[in-house]
Amino acid sequence: MIKLFRSDYDKIVAHAKKEAPIEACGLIAGELSDGDKIVKKVYILTNTDHAEEHFTLDPKEQLAAIKDMRANGLVPLGNWHSHPVSPSRPSQEDKRLAYDSSASYMILSLMDEEPVLNSFHIEGDTAEKEQLVIADDPA
Amino acid sequence: MNITAAGVKKEVSEGLTVAQLVIDEKVEMPQYVTVTVNDDFVEHGAFESTVLKEGDSIEFLYFMGGGQ
Repeated sequence: MIKLFRSDYDKIVAHAKKEAPIEACGLIAGELSDGDKIVKKVYILTNTDHAEEHFTLDPKEQLAAIKDMRANGLVPLGNWHSHPVSPSRPSQEDKRLAYDSSASYMILSLMDEEPVLNSFHIEGDTAEKEQLVIADDPA
Repeated sequence: MNITAAGVKKEVSEGLTVAQLVIDEKVEMPQYVTVTVNDDFVEHGAFESTVLKEGDSIEFLYFMGGGQ
């Protein structure tokens, strides 16, 4: 199970809508608890491809995010990106470029009026949907 | 000498190269990993020739990208 708080979900959706039709992307970090992932921070990174059908995380921003995670006691949990006009599922290219099998790969689709966010575990050519819980923010 | 690799301080041999560190750290799929030394990006072609020094801080960054 991977838990994402509502404010972080809203942050992803807002940024993806702002960037559309360019793909938006970023990182997620948090903590591991009994095999579950709790997202504590969402990072918005630059898509250096600036493309409607591709994304590449800016390595310099990636480095800064990794340092920030470490400074805040968070662990990298994966990444997220948007599909402005296609479904929330990994493309062949997404799977081919998913090198870290321990990561969660979140994909936000904006193709319909209501955004759809799913999280995937990708290993080789196989992508399995993870149980994603969008929870109320902690009080 | 002492270095910090991916946030972990460790003692390594003098003359250690980035290429050997990548092997020692068991970095998976190193062809898709970017390495920084003290925040400077090291080209893959320079892994063998980049010798680490006392106090260096090294990070391994997986390429992250895709397409719809």
